[in-house]
Amino acid sequence: MKHNVIVINQLITVNNLLFSTHLLTLFLLNMNLHKLSSRLCPTVTQKFRHLHIQSSGQQLEAVAVETASAEPNPLSVFRTSEQDPAYHSERQSGQYYTFPPAHIQKLFPHGLPPRFQLQIKTFNEGCVMVRPPALELISYLKRADYSKPPLRYVLYGDTGTGKTLSLCHALHYCYTQGWLIVHIPDAHLWVKNCKELLPSSSRPSRFDQPIQASQWLKNFKITNEHFLSKIKTTQRYVWTKRESTEMGQPLGELVDQGVNRMKSSSDVVGAVLRELRLQAGGITEGEGAFKLAVAVDGVNALWGKTSLKKEDRTLCEPEELTLIHNLRKMMKNNWSGGAILTALSQTGSLFTPQSAYLPNELLGEEGFDHMEPFVPVSVSNYDEKEFESCYLYYLDRNWLQHPHSRSEEGKKELIFLSNKNPSILERLCAFL
Amino acid sequence: MAASSCRGVRSILWKYGSCGKNLCVSRSKTIPQLPVRQICVSSSLWKKNLAAAGPQKFTQEFIDKQVEEFEVGKRHLANMMGEDPETFTQEDIDRSIAYLFPSGLFEKRARPVMKHPEEIFPKQTAIQWDAVGRPFHFLFYTGKQSYYSLLHDVYEKILAIERHQDKMRSKGLFTSDTKQIVLTGSRWLLKEEMEEYLVENVSDQDFMRFVQLMEKLLSMPYCSLEEEFILKFRKQLEVQSSKHEIPALQYDPQGVAFSVAEGRRKTAKATITLRDSGSGNFTINGRNYLHYFPLLQDREQLMFPLHFVGMLSRFDLEGSVEGSGHSAQAGALRLAISRALLSFVSEGEVEKMRQAGLLTADPRIKERKKPGQEGARKKFTWKKR
Repeated sequence: MKHNVIVINQLITVNNLLFSTHLLTLFLLNMNLHKLSSRLCPTVTQKFRHLHIQSSGQQLEAVAVETASAEPNPLSVFRTSEQDPAYHSERQSGQYYTFPPAHIQKLFPHGLPPRFQLQIKTFNEGCVMVRPPALELISYLKRADYSKPPLRYVLYGDTGTGKTLSLCHALHYCYTQGWLIVHIPDAHLWVKNCKELLPSSSRPSRFDQPIQASQWLKNFKITNEHFLSKIKTTQRYVWTKRESTEMGQPLGELVDQGVNRMKSSSDVVGAVLRELRLQAGGITEGEGAFKLAVAVDGVNALWGKTSLKKEDRTLCEPEELTLIHNLRKMMKNNWSGGAILTALSQTGSLFTPQSAYLPNELLGEEGFDHMEPFVPVSVSNYDEKEFESCYLYYLDRNWLQHPHSRSEEGKKELIFLSNKNPSILERLCAFL
Repeated sequence: MAASSCRGVRSILWKYGSCGKNLCVSRSKTIPQLPVRQICVSSSLWKKNLAAAGPQKFTQEFIDKQVEEFEVGKRHLANMMGEDPETFTQEDIDRSIAYLFPSGLFEKRARPVMKHPEEIFPKQTAIQWDAVGRPFHFLFYTGKQSYYSLLHDVYEKILAIERHQDKMRSKGLFTSDTKQIVLTGSRWLLKEEMEEYLVENVSDQDFMRFVQLMEKLLSMPYCSLEEEFILKFRKQLEVQSSKHEIPALQYDPQGVAFSVAEGRRKTAKATITLRDSGSGNFTINGRNYLHYFPLLQDREQLMFPLHFVGMLSRFDLEGSVEGSGHSAQAGALRLAISRALLSFVSEGEVEKMRQAGLLTADPRIKERKKPGQEGARKKFTWKKR
């Protein structure tokens, strides 16, 4: 069966006579699909694998499913063929677009929320809905003046409304535009559950987190490979008596230093951030002009409390952690040539009430003062159209197996039970 | 109603053993005096054998006197309360007694009560034999004379119907489709009610025998002749759904219909306002229900009544709830929603909701902890020695 399908696709690509192959493929695909539809999930995902091949192949498949009629392609109601975030506009609002798999591996080695990663694995594609907050953010990014200090954007909203994924969408846009990405997937992970807390080698009052720092440096390396050789250090960094990085070395070396030598990895992170800050949008080197996108999720962790304890069993302040300290410096807008995209998060935060979701509640006074002025972007639950498209997407992926969920009644139940909250809907559909 | 209250009062005042209720009291004064011989008896004979005496018996004069006293007392009470003695009903008596003797006792049957002696004193059979000692009823020596006489009556009727049937057959007018007695909505008397009716103990087998005989009577085509007799032994069942009071449908200034209802579950009290506005908003205590009930189970409970009647996205709900835990609050809200829905829904739907259990208040409460035990059921560690 798979063999048949491959043969057909070869026919399409080679012949390029859509009409004649239409009928052929219609006939053959229909046959195959009947067999397929009576089997379980594994083969269903197989069926959708060949959706990825080409847009024309996609359309053929869709037409075959719908028993050739002149109706508009139902897939286009919730899917858009526009894969480039730069061209997303209100027309595609509510529709799903796919992350190219190569991009996912490079851009988001650690960036996507774990549940979404599971979803990518299950559905074999990473689809994200185009929603107004993300569109707003991208439009700001398009129109901003990059010779001035960076604008700070804060995505805020209720739990589970889609702040992290909107951030990822905007980051994808930045990546396709060739920016340098500094992505901290969840700042909360740096203020809690740290197994090793070393006193800092450079400064006595600070604490290092070697594991987290080296992990982050590895991921940073994967995301920004091509930049690492172009950017050069502007200062000499001394790590230990024997190790140091000279001025003018490519950034890649600095990063390697941090990855290999765990002890000084937190300081390396600080150095990397400093270098990027100094050189972002710099007109000094012609070939090294780049725009810097700093994306931090769970930014309220930087000014909240930690759950880490020092050796004398007193609570650590976030200020005393090297990584946090350096990040905070990054958040200030005393550099130019980039943008700071942040999202608040109550889910991972420590010692905040569950009902808090506004910036001043989650950031606290200190954080608010530090981040001010910023551009707030609010993210809310799905509205009717978006819910509809999410529902259709799950149906299309055969994720909703229960027969009742395909009816109108079932849809109303889903609306009621989830109140159109994206994450709750996703969890609900997970066992249907 | 009278029977049940009588039964209730009776159980408080006197405990009845299962011995017969036959009376044998007050020997007549005309018995000739026999020569009395002094017999030496031990002191144990002087002690009253309380168990052998049986249940306390009342004479007819005693009961008549009680009735007189009751009537007089009723008039006194009416005067005391400043009301008209002529039109003083039992409800008024109850009200006055509750006012004059306020009682904090939880058990309603333990509170002071003033009722007609017929309701308080149990029905007793009069003396069954004449002055000579000869019983009046021919079935006295069966021991259960009323029961067997009833059975005899029923059989008599069966025979009468059979004779009627034969007559019709001989005339050639026999038809099977005659007027049938309507039996839906009624049930046979219970064994306890039977005992009250006959004023004597009825065993389970006797009762079953009686019901079988009545069924046989009913199975005959011309049983409608004895309809009155049969219906004496059938009790009407109340229509359950008529018991629910439907909250009134009110209209607010914009013309939107809304109804308010309350519900309770295990110390949690909830109030709900259902607005017929067409959106699916749901606010509890000022917060979105998604935040108030993060657990899916609670939200499913809230969804149940709306989903059952199929009006999920039609209403705007506004609720307030307090007390107990999240599950009890969800249950209280569910009951309140079902009750509020009654005013938006048709009669047949009300019956369906009742049968689905949406309108029944859950009576379960936390069981009391007993002394000598760890909790309500859990015992202390059992040590063999």
